[in-house]
Amino acid sequence: MTREQTIRIVNLSIGYAGKHGVKVVSEGITDTLRSGELTCLLGENGAGKSTLLRTLSGFLPPLAGEITILGRPLRTYRERDLATVIGVVLTEKTSIQNMTVEELVGMGRSPYTGFWGRLSEEDRRKVKEALDMVGIASLRDRMVQTLSDGERQKVMIAKALAQETPIIFLDEPTAFLDYPSKVEILHLLHRLSREMHKTVFLSTHDLELALQIADQLWLMAKGRGVTVGSPEDLALDGTLDTFFNRPGVAFEKQTGLYRIESVYRGEVGLEGDPVCCAMVQKALRRNGLRADMGTSPDGRTITAAPHAYTLRTADGLVRRTSSIAGLLELITESM
Amino acid sequence: MKRSVVIGMVALGVSILLLFFLNLLLGSVSIPAGQVWKALWGGEIDNAIWQNIVLKSRFPQALTALVAGAGLSVAGLQMQTVFRNPLAGPSVLGVSSGASLGVAFVVLLSGRLGGVALSRLGYMGEFAMTMAAIVGALAIMALIVYVAQKVRGNVTLLIIGVMIGYVANAIIGVLKFFSAEEDVRAYVVWGLGSFARVSGGQVMTFVIIMAVLLPLSFLLVKTLNLLLLGDGYARNLGLNIRRARIGVITSAGVLVAVVTAYCGPIAFLGLAVPHLCRGIFRTSDHRVLMPASLLAGAALALLCNLIARMPGFEGALPVNSVTALIGAPVVAVVLFRRRKEDTGE
Repeated sequence: MTREQTIRIVNLSIGYAGKHGVKVVSEGITDTLRSGELTCLLGENGAGKSTLLRTLSGFLPPLAGEITILGRPLRTYRERDLATVIGVVLTEKTSIQNMTVEELVGMGRSPYTGFWGRLSEEDRRKVKEALDMVGIASLRDRMVQTLSDGERQKVMIAKALAQETPIIFLDEPTAFLDYPSKVEILHLLHRLSREMHKTVFLSTHDLELALQIADQLWLMAKGRGVTVGSPEDLALDGTLDTFFNRPGVAFEKQTGLYRIESVYRGEVGLEGDPVCCAMVQKALRRNGLRADMGTSPDGRTITAAPHAYTLRTADGLVRRTSSIAGLLELITESM
Repeated sequence: MKRSVVIGMVALGVSILLLFFLNLLLGSVSIPAGQVWKALWGGEIDNAIWQNIVLKSRFPQALTALVAGAGLSVAGLQMQTVFRNPLAGPSVLGVSSGASLGVAFVVLLSGRLGGVALSRLGYMGEFAMTMAAIVGALAIMALIVYVAQKVRGNVTLLIIGVMIGYVANAIIGVLKFFSAEEDVRAYVVWGLGSFARVSGGQVMTFVIIMAVLLPLSFLLVKTLNLLLLGDGYARNLGLNIRRARIGVITSAGVLVAVVTAYCGPIAFLGLAVPHLCRGIFRTSDHRVLMPASLLAGAALALLCNLIARMPGFEGALPVNSVTALIGAPVVAVVLFRRRKEDTGE
């Protein structure tokens, strides 16, 4: 399927208009979101991610500029129409009690149900499809208050699916989750964007995961507007390099990922099994030693093989150990 | 609908019928059940006094209790959902304080200004008190709805409601201080709440008003279900939050205003019954909770009325005390048992 522009933003200013004047959070945002893609919105706390999502969801009026959704200006949508176009998953933890997973996902059908909110056969089928799609069919009769955070997040995503909107906005869907759950949720969303041809737009603080899984990145910085591009393009043109410019964080162009920056105090040579070498390299980096393949100028060399690590020093001493933890001790002694 | 829900509703319905009949049967004068039954269906019975007691005293009282209990419980459920606060109840927005204020003005001021204590005017006085309560309650409710349009947060609105209640009570306090002792007493008696106060002719008015209002309040079930999800999700699913909030507050406020006008402030039922129903039916779906609260509220009010009138008490117990005495332990037990089940699962 072709990827179509579903959301168009022109010269948008977002913020809050209060009694004591207008507080502009970000301005001059111009870009598009496309169907069949997962777009991640990154930025520090206070950069305006939630404000942008709230504005695009129609919860908050824009200060200036135009938002066009499916070819029609956002402001011309009535609440009821918008409910069939945009589905949201919010950060706020709902305090719902005594409602089963199936009932909650069924609430996603509200825009389609009649006066009393009764689900028709078709509604029930849609709910079941949504549960299957997210992989939580086994949870259908559980009360929502008994679910884990990750499960609850999946339920809310299933609700958004049952809502059958071409566009889904998620405000920090991976917050509060353990690492495997974060990966699972993002994979799920990526799959949904591809398989169901949805426009998925989410804000997150999980930089590493976003860099790996997003089709497009929106980088938002205080007072600098929004920068948009694929993770790879933004890596090559140096945007990512400068974006999270903090001491201790370094962007590696080779991998396209961020890592903790180290200051090296010395060097050692390294040879042997590639996997073991990589792990030794990682452990030494943490301890301020740079390990390159080959021999080092000061003569220390490590030979790495599974469960057998050998350290040779310049004075010809040879010492052996069976673990990397042991190796680290030997190195500390030799310094 | 699930079978357990149907069984629960039928059980509540049967208990209402049973309690209603017990309300007609039991009292300070003992009347044989057969005679009560006959009197109820319009048959001539041997003792004209008995017939009078059943039809002119016990029947209106039971009917009042039934309708008032249903109204307060439905209002309480609506308040708890719209404010997402388990402690919200009919009295929380100051609506019943508004009714009290209206009555206080009539009862306490009339004696001083007009020279005639309204409390001694009999039927006219009663009517004046009812009208004053309705006007007072609706005035406060209008104020709350006005505020609801201005403020965003539910908690803010709740606090403002409580504050309005305090102000109303303070004004009542001042009025009391400057009033004659017998007027104060008349006001205090009104404040105790009673299902017996409504006399024959007024009962029908009361029942008809409630028979219109209660079905109207049922029109809000989908709105209430959506409000459960929180404002953000509800709005995303197409709900106009402001309109929904005003609709629910108005519905609950009018119910409370009418009940309070006819029975005085009845505490506790409106707060407790929704919890009881959530505990029994284990759901938060208002399509179940609304009828359940209506039925359970009616049943509990009948039970309380029965106990208040038990032989020995001779109607001396104020309904307000009984609702709390009976209701509080019942709710505590239900909630406690549910907690145990939850942790046991």
